[in-house]
Amino acid sequence: MAVKSQLCSVWVGSETGILKGVSLSKKQAFNFCEMSCLTRDQEVCTMAWGDPHETEVLIGCLNGRVKTFSTEKGIFTESRECGDLSQGRFTGLAVMDSSLITCVESGLLKVWNEGSSNTAEINVGTGVCRMRQNPSQRHHVATGGKENPLKLWDLQRPDKSIFTAKNVANDWLDLRVPVWVRDIAFIQDSNKIVTCTGHHQVRVYDPSSPQRRPVLETQYGEYPLTTLSLPADQASVVVGNTHGQLAILDLRKGLVRGCIKGLAGGVRGLQCHPSLPVLASCGLDRFLRVHSLKDRTLQHKVHFPSMLCGSDTAGEVEEVKAEEEEDEDEVWDSMEMVKEHQGKRATCEEPSEASGNRVKRKRKVAKQ
Amino acid sequence: MSPGPNFDIPQEESESAGSSFPPTFSLSTIKNKQRRHLMFMKLKQEKRKQKLELRKKRKKERDALGDKAPPKDVPKTIENQRVYDETTVDPEDEEVAFDEGTDEFSAYFNKLTNPKVLITTSDRPRGRTVRFCEQLATVIPNAHVYYRRGLALKRIIPQCVSRNFTYLMVINEDRKVPNGMVLCHLPDGPTAHFKVSSVRLRKEMKRRGKDPTEHHPEVILNNFSTRLGHSIGRMFAALFPHDPHFVGRQVATFHNQRDFIFFRFHRYIFKNEKRVGIQELGPRFTLKLRSLQKGTFDSKFGEYEWVHKRHEMDSSRRKFHL
Repeated sequence: MAVKSQLCSVWVGSETGILKGVSLSKKQAFNFCEMSCLTRDQEVCTMAWGDPHETEVLIGCLNGRVKTFSTEKGIFTESRECGDLSQGRFTGLAVMDSSLITCVESGLLKVWNEGSSNTAEINVGTGVCRMRQNPSQRHHVATGGKENPLKLWDLQRPDKSIFTAKNVANDWLDLRVPVWVRDIAFIQDSNKIVTCTGHHQVRVYDPSSPQRRPVLETQYGEYPLTTLSLPADQASVVVGNTHGQLAILDLRKGLVRGCIKGLAGGVRGLQCHPSLPVLASCGLDRFLRVHSLKDRTLQHKVHFPSMLCGSDTAGEVEEVKAEEEEDEDEVWDSMEMVKEHQGKRATCEEPSEASGNRVKRKRKVAKQ
Repeated sequence: MSPGPNFDIPQEESESAGSSFPPTFSLSTIKNKQRRHLMFMKLKQEKRKQKLELRKKRKKERDALGDKAPPKDVPKTIENQRVYDETTVDPEDEEVAFDEGTDEFSAYFNKLTNPKVLITTSDRPRGRTVRFCEQLATVIPNAHVYYRRGLALKRIIPQCVSRNFTYLMVINEDRKVPNGMVLCHLPDGPTAHFKVSSVRLRKEMKRRGKDPTEHHPEVILNNFSTRLGHSIGRMFAALFPHDPHFVGRQVATFHNQRDFIFFRFHRYIFKNEKRVGIQELGPRFTLKLRSLQKGTFDSKFGEYEWVHKRHEMDSSRRKFHL
């Protein structure tokens, strides 16, 4: 079990509650599940990395439990009760200095401290669809949802949000534009935040500027965008919608750089590799696909029996010197052999229901 | 002078010169249509003759070998050549079994609910569609036909749920002919959108039997092998009540071939143990799946489990999805 879990480079969560690890170099997938009794209320809602070294995966389930899975040992090590079904599904999980941050749909954002039972709570508004943590400033989190604009919170000063986005101006019919933030991402090395909405808009906000309205707004497609992911090279974003259309958008001008074909069902999770131009996507059509971002071709495809909710990519790849694109197996193998454990964290989230699956992106690990 | 070094007698394969050297004669260069047509006919006859000779030769060899002849080759059909689909369900897969055991249809398959179907159409249907709906209502037990009255589906659905309907079937009509079907499983189930074609009403069927009775028919689902096919198959199965009345000897068949689903409704009678006679009753139609959406009908904001994308999925003649 431990051996199998150490091989896996992509972690995917499913609707049935089973955590699946996929080893792309060996082209195999392994199921990790807690016990033989599986129920639908253990459906994975969100996934997150438990620590910077990507040795632990945190899984938020529908019934309110947060399970910790250790990739080194290959078993579920811990399970905590963090809420219940009445508050809604988990929309975000994060870890800050050994305390766990959870956010549910009803808007309750809680910081669970290790050991001590006191928790800090913030009410971020109802109808939350996503909560994300800033990878470079771990005490900042952003939340957004349906009719709940993007808000940036500092956990050290929880009474008021640092930044609340203002809705865009009325449209050409002088009607109010509805708000539905579905996924959020922090752009690295800058203060900006990218969001994608259920009304097929992609917006970039800059909290450090006095402008509370989006700095950049573009539209893509006609269907709600469910997830987004930022690739390693900045100034672009990959978004997916409920029809299975994946597009790479340029953030400088807001134009579509290209579309990725292949998905047949709604995209639930998107995750870009932190350094390689590689994208893992999973969705309701029960496939995990790995695409290369440079030429937008499919590299790997894995089928699973149940619908997928979120994915995390991990990779012990630090950098690939010779990018032999033709033989991606070799690339992956060479990645495994490099001993520097630059794990990319991708958290798998398994929202099987309405919340979009986020494919976690491999973040560039901040070397401590 | 002697001809060039590589001059080989052209085979009179005058159909396609290819890129041989020296350039041989090609049919497409004849500008005169009549002459070109004549040459083409001659070419076809030549080919047919060769094929016949080859076949005779093979038959002679086979007869000469007698018993020791190798078995005949199986002719290639598109179904034979079908690309193996990795989503084909293995009957012993427990994860699939668990998934199916807890999905939206589990209430039906655990015998907790009985099907109740609401059949309606798009607004202001014309004669053919209306008759089709009436005939469908005789085929599906416990089905009720209602006039659409221009109501929005999203408003009809909560009312159906409160009246304990399990299915909503909407037949879409275009130019007086039914051409689409939206099948929505009710409490919160998946919604399938099909293209309907080749609708034959009862009076257009030849040698048909008398009208179907009120007995619950048996259901046959053929060839739904992939995971998507399983979901659709279960959708169709949940339309009909669990316990078929074998007394009625009626059977509804959903046969999937090459991603088209053929619906037939027959009455059978066993003449003796080995021979069955069948009479076709009821309407017949063909369905093709366009999209399967998770949740009840919401085409704008719903999440799709499978969407038919013609340019990506129909590029190979040997790949099928259901």
